[in-house]
Amino acid sequence: MPFQPVDYDTYDFANRRHIGPSPEEMAEMLATIGYDSLDTLIEDTIPKAIRQKEPLDIGAPMTEIAAINHIRAAAEKNKVMTTMIGQGYYGTVTPAPILRNILENPAWYTAYTPYQPEISQGRLEALLNFQTMVSDLTGLDIANASLLDEATAAAEAMAMAERASKSKARSFFVDKNCHPQNIAVIRNRAETLGIGLVIAEPAKLDATAVFGAVFQYPGTYGGLTDFTSQMEALHDNGALGIVIADPLALTLLKSPGEMGADIAVGSTQRFGVPLGYGGPHAAYMSCTDKLKRAMPGRIIGVSVDSRGNPAMRLSLQTREQHIRRDKANSNVCTAQALLAVMASMYAVYHGPKGLKSIAQGVHQKTRILAEGLKKLGVEILNEDFFDTITIQAGAFQKALISKALEKGINLRKIGRDRIGISLDEVTVEADVETLWGIFGGEDHYPAEAKLDFAIPPALLRESDFLTHPIFHMNRAEAEMTRYMRRLADRDLALDRAMIPLGSCTMKLNATTEMIPVTWPEFGNIHPFAPADQAEGYAQMIADLDTKLCQITGYDAFSMQPNSGAQGEYAGLLTIRNYHVARNQGHRNVCLIPMSAHGTNPASAMMVGWKVVPVGSDDEGNIDLDDFRAKAEAHSENLAGTMITYPSTHGVFETIVQEVCEITHDHGGQVYIDGANMNAMVGLSRPGDLGGDVSHLNLHKTFCIPHGGGGPGMGPIGVKKHLAQHLPGHPELEDIVGPVSAAPFGSASILPVSWAYILMCGSEGLTQATRIAILNANYVAKRLEGAYDILFTGQNGRVAHECILDTRPFADSAGVTVDDIAKRLMDSGFHAPTMSWPVAGTLMVEPTESEPKAELDRFCDAMLSIADEVKAIADGQMDADNNPLKNAPHTLEDMVGDWDRPYSREQAMYPAGARRVDKYFPAVNRVDNAFGDRNLVCTCPPMEAYDVAAE
Amino acid sequence: MSTYYSEEHEWLTIEGDIATLGITAHAAEQLGEVVFVEQKDEGDTFAKTDEIGVIESVKAASEIYAPVDGEIVEVNGALEGNPAALNDDPEGEAWIYKIKIADAAQLEELMDLDGYKKLIG
Repeated sequence: MPFQPVDYDTYDFANRRHIGPSPEEMAEMLATIGYDSLDTLIEDTIPKAIRQKEPLDIGAPMTEIAAINHIRAAAEKNKVMTTMIGQGYYGTVTPAPILRNILENPAWYTAYTPYQPEISQGRLEALLNFQTMVSDLTGLDIANASLLDEATAAAEAMAMAERASKSKARSFFVDKNCHPQNIAVIRNRAETLGIGLVIAEPAKLDATAVFGAVFQYPGTYGGLTDFTSQMEALHDNGALGIVIADPLALTLLKSPGEMGADIAVGSTQRFGVPLGYGGPHAAYMSCTDKLKRAMPGRIIGVSVDSRGNPAMRLSLQTREQHIRRDKANSNVCTAQALLAVMASMYAVYHGPKGLKSIAQGVHQKTRILAEGLKKLGVEILNEDFFDTITIQAGAFQKALISKALEKGINLRKIGRDRIGISLDEVTVEADVETLWGIFGGEDHYPAEAKLDFAIPPALLRESDFLTHPIFHMNRAEAEMTRYMRRLADRDLALDRAMIPLGSCTMKLNATTEMIPVTWPEFGNIHPFAPADQAEGYAQMIADLDTKLCQITGYDAFSMQPNSGAQGEYAGLLTIRNYHVARNQGHRNVCLIPMSAHGTNPASAMMVGWKVVPVGSDDEGNIDLDDFRAKAEAHSENLAGTMITYPSTHGVFETIVQEVCEITHDHGGQVYIDGANMNAMVGLSRPGDLGGDVSHLNLHKTFCIPHGGGGPGMGPIGVKKHLAQHLPGHPELEDIVGPVSAAPFGSASILPVSWAYILMCGSEGLTQATRIAILNANYVAKRLEGAYDILFTGQNGRVAHECILDTRPFADSAGVTVDDIAKRLMDSGFHAPTMSWPVAGTLMVEPTESEPKAELDRFCDAMLSIADEVKAIADGQMDADNNPLKNAPHTLEDMVGDWDRPYSREQAMYPAGARRVDKYFPAVNRVDNAFGDRNLVCTCPPMEAYDVAAE
Repeated sequence: MSTYYSEEHEWLTIEGDIATLGITAHAAEQLGEVVFVEQKDEGDTFAKTDEIGVIESVKAASEIYAPVDGEIVEVNGALEGNPAALNDDPEGEAWIYKIKIADAAQLEELMDLDGYKKLIG
């Protein structure tokens, strides 16, 4: 009997897997909003003038298996070699339990930044472990929860020293032995800030002439220097000292803190995080207690909850860009949370003894290698070392490097006559023998190794580190696995519920997209490996480049920026370089609407520009008259305009093209912030609207997971005239300076975005945008009446997100956005974005990935909250002792005496809460003021954990 | 003894040529729970509108701008250990500086209590 083919395409990734609502659900949702077709809704939402003329043309969609095969074929073009290049990147063994339970686990990688502490206690604990580890190893009082990479951390440290130093000098000293990429990024940053650099050997430091100095430890050529006397000289002159230190080396070496350093930075890559062709990796920063308020980035602190139990949270938030704007310590927002968690788990997994043993092993092998080489008559330039030696190879440099390549080993080419060799955790004895062979030796690795150090006695570490019990857990894998599971269970990530954070685009991070990330062909490539070993990467980057150009209407892309904020900085720098090249370097005024994200003004400050804010009209749109007046007033000096499209208020402003034209008429360039690109892909292109530069948040629109607060990826697209001014890299012998340590930023997570684009194709990507808009309008419609929707566009529609006005609740019932956010946790939800872009409101962005049932569950929860607010306003519920003020409710609440004027049932099961799979936040509401007044940023003593458990 | 108010929500109580400076109760309420006060040092001189400190609360960080030209003669050190005092008694115990005013004529540009009340509505 012939069968009737089923009308169902199993392998349609975009419509079956990525997009949430089914066709039937879409029809129901459209009917609710009052439309009979999706096209009409889109036409009513996006003004015709800004629609792109031609549909997207980036090819047909691939099935998941076809995409995997396609990416696999590219990956196989990468050649995995034994890497001994060093220079800040080292081979490392990612412990399998950490690989599978953290890096490959959606409970960790799909979480958002822990701004809602009650539902983030797991990763907050892991990040506190990270801070404790950094603080211990560097011998400094306080550490942050990671920065983007070592080079940008060093540049941030320079800016921090300038803010905090008492010296009046305007110059900064850079140790010549810093890694070249660190010097290059520092140089780039110093130039825009008007800081002069002195680059020399540490012994040449003139402490009277600088506000600060940075040293590399061990140096890039392997040497070890005690910087104690430099630190003393700096302090005598009111200047500050910074050490860039390798954390593995610090297990054997005297810490920067013990030398008197004020700030330490570095990379924790070699704590179990793959090389990944440059990233992502977690950089660290620590400093003395005195400087803590000048430190950029996120800092986890210990506070208490409403029961007085210890609870962790992000502290000192007010120093950050979202509040301080152009006065912020830095523009950084995204950290490298997922990678910091991995590094901290590596330390928990190995403990202090394990780390020391790894470091001793590396050192011992290097020592034996060096001795063998000396016997062969090889000239080694550094007498002291930890894991790196530099060889004077003379005329044989090229031949020796080629010979090593033939044996599958990458060595570092230094200048024209030297060779660098860095050993690491993965180096085996046979590698040492191979190296001897390359230099003409035939020796075998000695059966009994010598155990003395090639480290000066004064530099040997005597102080303890990682003394906290968390680093002394039983080493059984059973214990480790359960520890990671317990922490993951405390957190609410996308694998549990929708995270409707406005402006964050918490869409699906599909498993297929994630799979290539941990392939060794992507993971084990050194960022400075010869180009012919990274042809797979080159293919991927080139294809992404082409496709992103088509999506955005730009002509060239740079993958270098490691976050959206860094993309902004890189984009503005590109504009600045362009002006300078045209003898317009005096242009330094940047027009930014008041509604802009706080990173915009903070980024403008970083390139040395003056921020001139532009007002909004009552609808939340850019006030065009004010804009025109200010552009005219600053015509001579106008460098650029930064706008967000659709606006941060979630509206497709019709005047965007006019804003771009006015800017161009006055000699400025237009930066269009791509944070809201998820409302545009396939329907409108920033390049067509008049933008000259945009960054894309690949971790929003293009599916890279948020990782609990990083990694991010913020590549920038530019029009043709700016292409030559994009960030370059010293390793590529570019003239333009870099913004990141690695030429292609966090290259190893690019397969995520690549897979997404390949699997969706032109039509799938465009449909995703349409459904993002449908979902937002559906939520807005369902909540209409109970909540006022702020800022709707033409025809009363919102874009891909909507703002709920909860301010009236404060007057009627004393209920704040905080209360609503915490009450949503009882329903098993993460709150929408709070108090941004309008104080006292909530911004909801459902994304296209949420099916109707999840949207309904969220709307039901929100409607029930509105009912509770009404009950308080009507006097039916107590104004202080009610489910909103007491939220979130924990198991502790349930088992204790119950004397509240509402039932346990109401507390625990508000609308939307799941009966069987009830999620309980780990702690009650966290006391923010207590935490900031009593700052504790390292692991509290173990008794504190016991109290919490009791 | 008379008290003046600035548009930046500071109060200034004059006794002889020394004035005590703090933030108003209205400002403290707007800031919410204060967690840290960054103060300048005794002996520092400043001009009107200079930034002479920062008050951090849980939700905001706000600069203190000098309402007149002058010199700091005393810093209220108690605020370092007890920033919450700025919420409890901003116009009394939780004064921030005692300053020596350089040009008394500048006081004319400030408001009296009635004027300030009008400003905050």
